[in-house]
Order: sequence, then structure tokens, then C-alpha cells
Amino acid sequence: MSGATGTVLLARLLRWETMLAVVFICEFVLFASISPYFLDVYTLSDATFNFTERAIVALPLALLIIAGEIDISVAAIIALSSVTMGLVASTGSGTGAVVAAGLGTGLLAGMVNGVLVTLGRVPSIVATIGTMTLFRGAAYAVLGDRVLKDYPPAFAAFGQGYLAGPLSNELALFLLFALLFGVFLHYTRWGRVIFAVGANPMASRFAGLAVNRYRFALFATTGFFSGLAAVLLTSRLGSTRPSIAQGWELEIISMVILGGVSVWGGKGSILGVVLAALVFGLITFGLGLMNVPGIVMSIFVGMLLILVVAVPALVERLRPGRVKGA
Amino acid sequence: MIRFFARFSDATRRDLAFGGLTLLLFVAVTVAFPGFASPRNVAGLLDDTAILIMLALAQMLVILVRGIDLSIAANLALCGMLAALFNRAFPGAGVLPVLALTLVAGGLLGAFNGILVWKLRLPPIVVTLGTMSIYRGVIFLLSKGAWVNENEMSRDFTSFPRTGVAGLTLLTWLALLVFVGFMIALRRSRLARDLYAAGGNPHAAEYSGIDAGRAQFIAYTICGALAGMCGYLWVARFAVAYTDIALGFELSVIAACLIGGVSIAGGTGSAVGVLLGCLFIGIIRSSLPLVGISAFWQMFINGAVILIAVLVSARERDRQGQTLEARA
Amino acid sequence: MSPPVLTLTDIRKSFGGVRALERVSLELPAGCVTALIGENGAGKSTLVKILTGIHQPDGGEIRIRGTPVRIADPLAARALGLGVVHQECQVFDNLSVAENLFIRAQPTSRGLVDWRTMRQQADAVLRDLDAGFDAGTPAGRLSIAQKHVVQIARALTHDSQVLILDEPTASLSQRECAELFRIVRKLRDAGRAILFISHKFEEIDALADRYAVFRDGVSVSAGALADTTRDELIRLMVGRPVEQLFPKLETTPGAELLRVESLSRAGEFEDISFTLRRGEILGVYGLVGAGRTELAQTLFGVTRPTSGSMHLAPDAAAAGIALVPEDRQSQGGILDFSLAANVALTNLARLAPRGWCSGARERALAAEWIDRLSIRAHGPGQVVRSLSGGNQQKVVIAKWLARAPGVLILDEPTKGIDVGAKAAVHRVTSEFAQAGGGVIMISSELPEIVGMSDRVLVMRRGRLRAEFTRQAATGDALLRAASDA
Repeated sequence: MSGATGTVLLARLLRWETMLAVVFICEFVLFASISPYFLDVYTLSDATFNFTERAIVALPLALLIIAGEIDISVAAIIALSSVTMGLVASTGSGTGAVVAAGLGTGLLAGMVNGVLVTLGRVPSIVATIGTMTLFRGAAYAVLGDRVLKDYPPAFAAFGQGYLAGPLSNELALFLLFALLFGVFLHYTRWGRVIFAVGANPMASRFAGLAVNRYRFALFATTGFFSGLAAVLLTSRLGSTRPSIAQGWELEIISMVILGGVSVWGGKGSILGVVLAALVFGLITFGLGLMNVPGIVMSIFVGMLLILVVAVPALVERLRPGRVKGA
Repeated sequence: MIRFFARFSDATRRDLAFGGLTLLLFVAVTVAFPGFASPRNVAGLLDDTAILIMLALAQMLVILVRGIDLSIAANLALCGMLAALFNRAFPGAGVLPVLALTLVAGGLLGAFNGILVWKLRLPPIVVTLGTMSIYRGVIFLLSKGAWVNENEMSRDFTSFPRTGVAGLTLLTWLALLVFVGFMIALRRSRLARDLYAAGGNPHAAEYSGIDAGRAQFIAYTICGALAGMCGYLWVARFAVAYTDIALGFELSVIAACLIGGVSIAGGTGSAVGVLLGCLFIGIIRSSLPLVGISAFWQMFINGAVILIAVLVSARERDRQGQTLEARA
Repeated sequence: MSPPVLTLTDIRKSFGGVRALERVSLELPAGCVTALIGENGAGKSTLVKILTGIHQPDGGEIRIRGTPVRIADPLAARALGLGVVHQECQVFDNLSVAENLFIRAQPTSRGLVDWRTMRQQADAVLRDLDAGFDAGTPAGRLSIAQKHVVQIARALTHDSQVLILDEPTASLSQRECAELFRIVRKLRDAGRAILFISHKFEEIDALADRYAVFRDGVSVSAGALADTTRDELIRLMVGRPVEQLFPKLETTPGAELLRVESLSRAGEFEDISFTLRRGEILGVYGLVGAGRTELAQTLFGVTRPTSGSMHLAPDAAAAGIALVPEDRQSQGGILDFSLAANVALTNLARLAPRGWCSGARERALAAEWIDRLSIRAHGPGQVVRSLSGGNQQKVVIAKWLARAPGVLILDEPTKGIDVGAKAAVHRVTSEFAQAGGGVIMISSELPEIVGMSDRVLVMRRGRLRAEFTRQAATGDALLRAASDA
């Protein structure tokens, strides 16, 4: 084998997605050997519930981060959407109206973010720290310490139902949207523009691209999918508290970054995000099998998040003879 | 008069304007509820705001050098738990070792953020989002999920921040001391001026012999140390320590900074502005029950105020940008 | 001749196997301006970074007044009396001018910064330079030229005996240059040694006493400027003779392509009216801040006019307007993307009519333009950042020409690129016009404007002040129209 093909092969192997896949397989084997219940199809299917809702938000958020922006308010949007749904449901409305209220609230909230960033020209970190406080605050202001749980019976189907056999509605939705987002990002010209906007927004504008329109659309999409996640989560839990989905922004952002999306924008893949979601879900599930409490899980999530960005930086630092600007 | 104002920098003028606004808010609430301006009530307001003031000043240092510390509240909670556990193990040790312990432990937690940002050039938001959940998790491991209650704390441990001196609590005096220290140091110490320079233009800072990364490290470490000390004060004041204390408080702290005129772009911010931002939040918070609004609205109001503050400063930036282009 | 203040002998420096400086020697005598010239990549910026203490040389010797020294970091450079005025204004906008001068060296009393003394000392230096602004001014309110003065003042504050000016005039207007030169001459006459790095021969002729030429990391020649000619210097720089710098192709302008009627944008430009014809290169001259870049951005559509109108011939309207912006690094191209991806970005509608992208089509298009503009690259996959400045500029031009625009606007198209690339840019511009396109070329370089334009518009303070035919457009006339005189 010549040196050149060797290098190419090594580069392939070291690709982020490949490493994630290897981690996924290792996890799988590890948990299968630890717990006898693990390999059951229905157990595995159950396991998907603990990440699909988050992963559904991670897809549009990946696009947003690739475009050089960030949305920290996603979990707060889920809470606000859930509260709206609860209020609509408490008036005795049908399932259709409840779902529409959830999706609509998410979309509106996302549009608020989009307006702040595009028209208001506020950096997205600051804007969404603000709306995160505002949306979550609105949920608390409206609900206080009350709980909403008057959901119509048919509503439970979204988060608890199965499409076919062990394939849950949630998982099916996630897989469908993952495919759509993947194709959109990697094979269409609009995807190209998203990468360009993230890599250099100014140059994109001077290439005649409508940068702000893309930003707005991406914030609105992220909001809409947060609304969708709210529908699924609320349907699964059957109740709404203002603290619903607390801290999820961390896990969703971690999924995206673990998926190899660059926090500096301009780089990333949907395949990576999907694999990261699977790795993530499996860790949660596996630790659950071993009776590790959720808060300890957050140590793993935090360390994973930092390791994912630290390892490439360390490798870069330690690589001999790197070019340090000529 | 106009020339008098023109002498001030933009930041000073903003502080003056915002100071007027805060005073106006205070007067308005007092007119409606005369008891609001009573010395007792004002002392209570300051006591309630003291920890926020210290944390916001600490956070400002980090934002000044283009960072952000989302782990500040988790750091506080972890050091608070350390203080409580230390006190439970050595009830007779007194307050000084506790203060020293929390300052050092907080400083180390902050330095961990700082080293990642400095040596590996990782994005601050990702690093501190990560350490935020790590630190929270560690509290659970340390305490095994249990609470440390008042009956497990020694008396001098809990009474220290509440001790009254000249009408104000020791906690308030401590916050004022930190504020005055910041005011002098930010303006007149070379180290702080390095922070301003590094945050304002990291590239130029490098050419002036300032290591911008090291400046970030220093800012994170000081921020962490203060957060650690506030951990003890928080636990002592509320006489309880558990995993979730000050959950989400980092947002109030960042809100106070943004309202107080600290620019997220780095290099701009003053101790006076941050103090005013904290008082503004404090006045709103303590007047809510008077007006008959549930405390559940506090977060919503914070959010609205943050958004207004950042929108105003974005406008300000645009205006300055335009005048610059016109002058050039 | 007085003995040299700074002597460099056989300085070497490589970055990860790439030789930046192979063997560089240089002498800077006191009371003398030495011009350092060389194409991009000749090693000038690396040398500046070594003298600033940012990089350490791999070998060779630096002596100051005969004593060997080591410049460990920027603070050491300052302590040794080396002051640098950087091309990209290293000024702190958020700090006052006084603090900019004294950063990391603020006068203190009892360990605390003494603002009063600092202000007084800074004001004294600024008065010395006739700066025209006081030390209390926030640096963010200064113009670029004034910021250069701040950098010079900073060097003087630390009593620098050697002053290095790294292309300080790149973004200055003629008048601001004259002001800067006045200050530099004053410092030279006071006995300081000055190293002046520039691409512009007019300025070198006006300011320098001696010259040094670098080529590919080697110092090839040095001496008194009076003993050489401009052609000789160019030959030394390039290493080959350049027959024709501005190969303009003669064309006869055709029908009207673009008509602009009293176009205004508040605070930027006012009441601009002109026409552009097919096959015409319309030069736009003016000082920096005259509103030329702003006009270009409005014509292109990045900003909107507050009033007025523009009319394009129907075919040109369909083909669109292209803008090659002044700031190549941040506006022109996406440096981290491949050449192919950059060229594709402006041609997505054609390359992916139904939305589906094809890498093969993109690479083919890029390969075609690499060939047509003779871009020096390994292939369409090469990342743009790794190209030289001149070739980066060719990529930006290629991405627009590939789209076959009706009107091509070039904003300072050859700023900071080497002589060879400059000629190539001029060639394609000429060819585009000859094929019937209309070109609007903004430039601050008189020879470029005079050499390339069929007609020249002159802007001053946001307004059109004069129009010259090719015959009437002499450097003198343009300069007079552009300045306030």
C-alpha cells in the first residue's frame, strides 16, 4: 500500500462520524454484555424515548449553528409551547387545536428570536439568553405553581403511540426529519448557502446572498421544531409544569456539538448529529440500567461536551510543525 | 454644560443616564408606597441585592475579556455545599477558614474554565455550559443528594453575613467593599487596564505584549473565587445547602451586567454601571409584591429588561458606527 | 553616512518547513528613511513580526548600535526602542488616546495608574506631532489616518529610535498621506532611523533616502535611492522585466448600459448622477472617505439608497451587477472554502437550477476559470486561504465573471497585491470591457485610474465634483479635483 492511500484511509477513519459510529457500537456491546434485558427489541424501543424529542430539536439547531448562530432558548420555547397547549386544552379544545397551539407558539417564539437577531442586530447568544429568560419567565408567570393536565385522550398518541411494531411515532418522526434535513443541508444549494453564511457572513452578503433571510428562516424553523418537541414531550408526560424541559438546551446543544458541528460555524453534518443523538441516548439509557441518577448523568454530558471541543484543539496544539501564520 | 458632558466617555455618560433612570424608578415606587424609602426597607433591599452585586461584578470581568461564565451559579452552589460540609465536619473552626476555603475552591473552579479558554482556545459558552452541569453533578456526588440544614450548621457560620453593623448587614458591607475595590481597581490598576485592552482588541493587545488568553484566565479565576465566596454567603444567609440552590441564577447575573451596560463584545463596562444594573433589578424585584404582582413574574420581567437593554445598546452601536463613517 | 542604529545579519525563519526568510540582512542608519520593497511573500511582514517580538528568528543576528540583542516579546521590542506602525491599525477603540499611548506602561503613583500624569505626557507628545486631537479623545472616534498618528505617538512615547512603518498609507487618502509624511520627515530630521514598507513608488520617491529590496525571503539589493531607477527596482523585486504594467485594450464605448440619477444615501453620498456605457471602464477617483465604497455598495445592492434611482439596460438587469469589494479577506471570499466552492457561491442558480448541487459541475466551472485567469493553484479543491493575495483576488473576480454580469464594479482591485497579479487583474478587466461589459473601477492609485479608465469621475465628500475624459485625466487634474483645494 502506498503512503498516499494510507493517509487517505487514515483520514477517513479519523472522520468524526466514523469515530462516533465506533463509540456507538462499543457502547452497544458494553451494555448488551452488562444487562441481559438490553437486547430486547421493546427495551431498545423504549430507550429511544429519552432522546428523540431532544434530537428533533437538535436537527434544526445544527443548521442554525452551522450558519454561525446559536439558540439557547430552545428549552424555554418547549416550556412556553407546552403551557399554551395546556391552556388551550383546558378550554376543552380538541387535539388538533392543542397541537396547532404548540406548533404555532414554537414558530412565533422562533420568529421573535429571528427578528431580534436580523432586524434588532443583537448577537444571537445575547438575544436568546434574553428570550430564554422571557419565555421561561412567561411560562412561570402564567402558570405559577399550577399543573395543567386536562389533555384530550387522543393527544396521548403523539408521544406514546407506535407507528408499526416497536417503531414509535417519535422515533419515526425523528428518522424522517433527519433524512429531510440531511438531504436539504448536503445536497441542495440552500444547504450550500447555510455553510457559506456560517463560514463568513460578510462575504456571503457580498456574494449577493440574502443572509438575514436565511438567519430568520433558521430561527423560525428551530422555534417550530421546539414546538414539535413540546407536543411530543407534553403528550408523553400528559401534564405541563413551567419547569418542563429544564436544562434541555444544554443537552440539545451538546448533541449538536458532539455531532461534530463547529461552534464557530461553517462546518458540520446531519449524519454526525444523528449518530451523536444515538450515542447520547444510549449512554442515558445504559446509565439508567445501572441505576445512575440523572444528575450524575449531567457530569458525563458536561465532560463529553468539553472533551468534544477540547480533543481536536489538543491534537492541533500537539501536532508538530504546524503552520503558525506566515 | 454641554462641554462638561462632552468630556466624559460614552460609558460614563451611559452610567449617568442609567443612574438617573434607576433613581426615577426608585422615586416612582416611593411615591406610590412611601414605606419603600424607609431606611429599614432600603437596608433590606441592599441585603437582598448584595450577592447579585458581587456576582455581577465578577461576571463583568469575564465579559470584559470577551468571555461569558454560565457556570457561575453552579460554582456558587458547589462551594456553598463545600462550606456547609466543612462546617458540619469542623463546627468550631470559625468563619475565616470557610471564607478561605470557598475563595480557593471557587478560584480553582474558575481557573479550570479559564485554562480551557486560554490554552485550548475553546469557546467560552461551550466550556462554561459544560462545567455548569459538571459542577452541579459534583454537588450531588459530594452531598449524596442530601440537604444540609440549619441544625447541622454552627451558629457563627450562619450568623456571619446577617450580623448588623451600622444599620447594614455584614453581607451588604462586604458587597460594598467588593464594589469599591472593583471601582478603584478597574480604573487604576494596570492589570485591569490590560483586561480592557485585551477585550477591546485582542490582536492589538498581542502586539502590545498583553496575552489576551492569559487575561481571560485571570478574569475567570477572579470570577470563580468571588462566586465561591458568594456560595458560602448564600448558604449561610438561607441556612440550607442542596444541589439546586441558585439554579438559573447565572441568568440574573448576566442580566444585571447587560442592563448595566457591559458590552458582550468585550472591552466596555464599569463597576458603577453593574451596581446600577443590580439595583434596578433589585428595586423591581422588591416592588413586585407591593404592586400586587406575583413573584413568578420576576423572571419574565428580567427577560424583558435584558432584551430592551441589548436592543438599546445595538441601536447605540449602529448610531456610533454611522457617525464614525461620516467622520472618516 | 552615520553608523547604523539597527543591523540585521543573515536572519532566517521558517514556519513548519516553509521558508519565510532565507537570508536577510538590513541596515538602518540614523536620520534616514529606508524603503523596504518586495512582492507579497517576499518576507516583509515576517521581518516586521520578528522586529516586534511576535516571532523569533531561527538564525542570524540582530544588533542595535552594535550590541547583539534578543527581541523576546513585544515589550522587549519596545524597551529596545523599536516602534512599529502596523498596517491594520493596532489601536484600542474602547480606550482613550492617552491610554493607547501608554498601554502596559502607564505612569503610576503608589502602584495605581496616574491618569493626570498620563494625560499630560500624552498631550505633550501629540502637541509635538501637531496631531490636532487631544489625549482624552476615545480612540474609537478617530479616523484611520488619525489612528496611524496614534501609533506613531505610541512609538515616540517610548522614545523609539527605530520606527517601522508597515504599509501605513494603504488606506489613507493623498492628503492624509502628506500629513503622515510631514510627521515622518520631522522624526527623520530629529535623527531617528525609519523603515518604510510600501508598494507605492510615488511614496517611496517622495519619502525615502535609501532602499532595500527583498525577494523570496532573501535581501537582494540595498543602497541610496538616488543611485537607482524605478525600472531597476521593479526588476530587482520581480526578478524579471515587466514590459507593460497596464495593458489597456482600446475600446469604443457603445450604447448606454447603466444610468444613475441623483442617487443619495443619508450620511454617505448625495445626488450622484452618471451613465456607464457598454465597453467602458469608468474610473472613480477620490480620497478615502469620499463615499466611493459606499456608492459601490449601494449600486451593488448591499445597502439601499435613501433617494434617487438607477436604470439598467434590460439585458444587464437580467445579468446583474457584480462587486469585487475592497476588503478581500472579510468580504471578497470565504477563505476557508475551496476555490470551487467560492466560485460556485455566486453561480448556484445556474449550477443547481432545481436546487440539487453537483460537485462535478462546480469543479468543472472552477477549473475553467483557473485556466482563464491563470490562477496559481493546485486545483479547484485548494482552500482559498492558502493562495497568495493576488490569486485570492483573482478567485473573487472569477466568481463574478463566471456569472457573466452586465456591470462589474471593482473597489480597489489591486490594493496590496504584487505586480504580476496586478497586471493580470488589469488584463481581465480590459477583456471584460472589450467584450461589451461595463466596468466601474474605484481606485486610490492614480497610475491605475489614469492608465485604465476611459472616463474618470471624481468624488469629494460624498458628491461628484468633476468628470474627465481619458485625454484630460492627468494625475495632477484628478488630485486637484479630489482635494479640497
